[in-house]
Amino acid sequence: MSGVQLKSVRKTYPNGAEAIRGVDMDIKSGEMIVFVGPSGCGKSTLLRMVAGLESISSGDISIGDRVINDVSPSERDVAMVFQNYALYPHMSVRGNMSYGLKNRKMDKAEIDKRVNDAATMLKIDQFLDRQPNQLSGGQRQRVAMGRAIVRDPQVFLFDEPLSNLDAKLRVQMRIEIKRLQRRMNVTSIYVTHDQTEAMTLADRLAVINDGRVEQMGAPMDLYNDPKTLFVASFIGAPQINLIPVRFDGIALSNGNLSLPGFKDLPKDADLVLGVRPDVLVETPDGQFEMRVDLVEQHGGENLVYGALTGATNEEGEDLELCLKASKETLPELDGKLTLGFDPATAFVFRKDTGERLI
Amino acid sequence: MKRVQFEHSPIPYLFVAPQIIIIVIFFLWPAAQAVYQSFLLEDAFGLSSQFVWFRNYSDTIFSSAWLQAFGFTIIFSTLVTFLSLGIALLLAVKANEVIQGASTYKTLLMWAYAIAPPVAGLMGNLMFNPLIGDLYGFMNAVGFDFDHKLDPYDAGFVVILISVWKQVSVNFIFFLSGLQGIPKSVNEAAMMDCNSSTRRFWTITFPLLAPTTFFLMVINITYAFFETFGIIDTTTQGAPGGATTTLVFKVFQDGFRGADIGGSSAQSVVLMLLVLVLTVIQFRFIEKKVHY
Amino acid sequence: MTRSTLITHLILISGAIFMTLPVWVAFATSTHAPETILREGLQIIPGGHFFETYNEVLFVEGGVMKKVTATAMLKNSLILGIGFAVGKVIISMLAAYAIVYFRFRLAVPLFWIIFMTLLLPLEVRIIPSYKVVADLGLLDTHTGLIIPLIASATGTFFFRQFFRSVPDELLEAARLDGATSWGFFIDILVPLSKTMIAAILIIMFVVGWNQYLWPLIMTTKEENYTLVIGIKQIYQVLNEGGELPQFQKAFALTILATLPPVLVVLIFQNWFVKGLVESEK
Repeated sequence: MSGVQLKSVRKTYPNGAEAIRGVDMDIKSGEMIVFVGPSGCGKSTLLRMVAGLESISSGDISIGDRVINDVSPSERDVAMVFQNYALYPHMSVRGNMSYGLKNRKMDKAEIDKRVNDAATMLKIDQFLDRQPNQLSGGQRQRVAMGRAIVRDPQVFLFDEPLSNLDAKLRVQMRIEIKRLQRRMNVTSIYVTHDQTEAMTLADRLAVINDGRVEQMGAPMDLYNDPKTLFVASFIGAPQINLIPVRFDGIALSNGNLSLPGFKDLPKDADLVLGVRPDVLVETPDGQFEMRVDLVEQHGGENLVYGALTGATNEEGEDLELCLKASKETLPELDGKLTLGFDPATAFVFRKDTGERLI
Repeated sequence: MKRVQFEHSPIPYLFVAPQIIIIVIFFLWPAAQAVYQSFLLEDAFGLSSQFVWFRNYSDTIFSSAWLQAFGFTIIFSTLVTFLSLGIALLLAVKANEVIQGASTYKTLLMWAYAIAPPVAGLMGNLMFNPLIGDLYGFMNAVGFDFDHKLDPYDAGFVVILISVWKQVSVNFIFFLSGLQGIPKSVNEAAMMDCNSSTRRFWTITFPLLAPTTFFLMVINITYAFFETFGIIDTTTQGAPGGATTTLVFKVFQDGFRGADIGGSSAQSVVLMLLVLVLTVIQFRFIEKKVHY
Repeated sequence: MTRSTLITHLILISGAIFMTLPVWVAFATSTHAPETILREGLQIIPGGHFFETYNEVLFVEGGVMKKVTATAMLKNSLILGIGFAVGKVIISMLAAYAIVYFRFRLAVPLFWIIFMTLLLPLEVRIIPSYKVVADLGLLDTHTGLIIPLIASATGTFFFRQFFRSVPDELLEAARLDGATSWGFFIDILVPLSKTMIAAILIIMFVVGWNQYLWPLIMTTKEENYTLVIGIKQIYQVLNEGGELPQFQKAFALTILATLPPVLVVLIFQNWFVKGLVESEK
């Protein structure tokens, strides 16, 4: 097994557009790394650069000790699972899985053995002679994984592999991928825009924004200790509550709202206060008053949405607030709710740079 | 453009080579020759030739015979295009409506595509043969003083009839596939909004068919200009008195029969320009279609 | 049945008769004796001379032409139809593959050269084309007949369009699987294009079979005539007059020239329609 190193990797298109603006990363052997970020952030491009499907403008990518910048995709010893599976429609499942091995001139018996082993592991052994169009979405997904597994690669690459599946299957496959990766212990890079997938699968997460890695670390570290406004708002569902504020020396304020308990903040800058929905509690002496307009009952818990009273955003519109509460919390619509939080659990960011101050 | 392509190598050149070589030898070189010869005047024996600038153009193109052929080609193309499109559209709309026997109708209406224009021409020629042709007899019996060997209008009628007959099936296939391409839900929504089927056709269906219609117009004009050569060559051969001579038929006649290479080439060049105009129109339209 | 569906059926039946009757009459008339045809005109009911006429046309030398039988012409037509279709599919698939899947410097100019064939139909370069073929010594050969016809852009454009619709990921997956450019073409792209190839083969067989102007000018010997060209000779013979006009043979020849492409279109109707509609897009 071997890890993957990225050193000042950049990608600039001929038209001057910069897709990747300098990425450094050290992926350890056997680790599962998830690239997460909004669409167009460059996460797929970065993955495809590791695969060899996109050229590298500058910097180095190495697998193990070998720099692979100029190695062709098939010789990088990586395998990839594509978003739309990219199964060869005219070949049987067996044909799909063995095509790459045949191209490597592998011994026929060895090919059969590998295909059968992978098929058994993925529980697709009864479908080996079917064509892809005779399979369900989940089965096709397994075939795509099987095609990657038989190659016994140094690195697995996953490009949003679950996004074409329905919700239930997605959860099921997510768990299976995680188990499989644990068992095979192969270095993996997984790209997704779904943050639940990212949180649950990753050993470490790389949050990518605009061609840069905003922050990289274990999922819970990113959740508890985001370095930037972007990471805080991207990680966590429901999304963190963000309230534009200014610091007057004693308290954070916006309109009639005044939140004491903060110190050592710049007075001349626009700030953003971030409070996670699950640290808000209903309490008579809380700092926020919310006018409830919607309650989503998720079964085990309720999400209460409403407008924060006394404060507005720059456009003068209401600020939306979300509270994660127990299933017993059922406030009346248009009723008022008083919410409080411990300032120690809140984050404060600079609005202009996104840098976290507290 | 594909996101990923194979990189620089001599391989793509090998792959395009067969087509490019054939094109250069059998398309570009002859076309250049045609342009070159259109500026030359050969003597009667083809022994010497002389550069005469645009004399071939002025001689042939301003000749009354060419102008006559030009006039006939325009009228002929217009009539063939509109008649065959109209008949095909009517049949396609009806074939799309009908439930019983739909596939039988479809087969019967499209199969004539496979018949070559000259074969259709000869068939028509025989039908109008004065000795045995019942159509010839019929036309006279209903009161026309019909003689397509002598009367220019009757001759025109014969070539137009055969040309339309031959072209209906292609247009039918395209109109039908255009109609079937209109989503069912659009028809159902129209059904709820408008009760009159005629009105529905002209306000919903026909506008949605506009791209197909426009495309077919170009195809039909090209057909009337070029592919009807086989029909004319097996029916009237441009007679009587050049009344049914199209521009293409004249190029052939002057070049092969008349051995007037320069004049024939000059006419070819004019035809190239006409094709260019048609192609530009067609591609303008296709570009527009992309924006939908 | 309501009145409007009745009218619909009437229109469709008239249309079907209009499209079908002439060919039926040609067939029915071809099965009568020449005297009957001359006396009574066109026939709508088949007569008793079917075997006599078709036997003479197909197998007897001097039956329709001076030396050649319709069987020989049928063979020439088949060679032209099949050779044209196969040749066209091969060269246009190769060219389209290069244009869509490779990055190479001359891609754009070469694409425009292929495009230019649309501007140069045979009719506008007929005499110089004849000269080229004559100079290469290819008159009266199958090569000279077929090769100049197969290079036009329609097939290339068709496959270019189709290749573009093939998902990019297939090439990416194949590259990770270590496929070479030729391997991807043969293992993935060609099998994937099977229905498209079939559709184009059918269309192009019909188009090739029906070629008229080009075979007309570049075949000089009777034994190289295709059926469609034979038609033209029949026409001239009939016009020359002389003995009792052999109308039944003329009709039989039109039927023979019509039958193979019609059968192909009818048997492969769905592929044919698909190919026609897709190739013109």
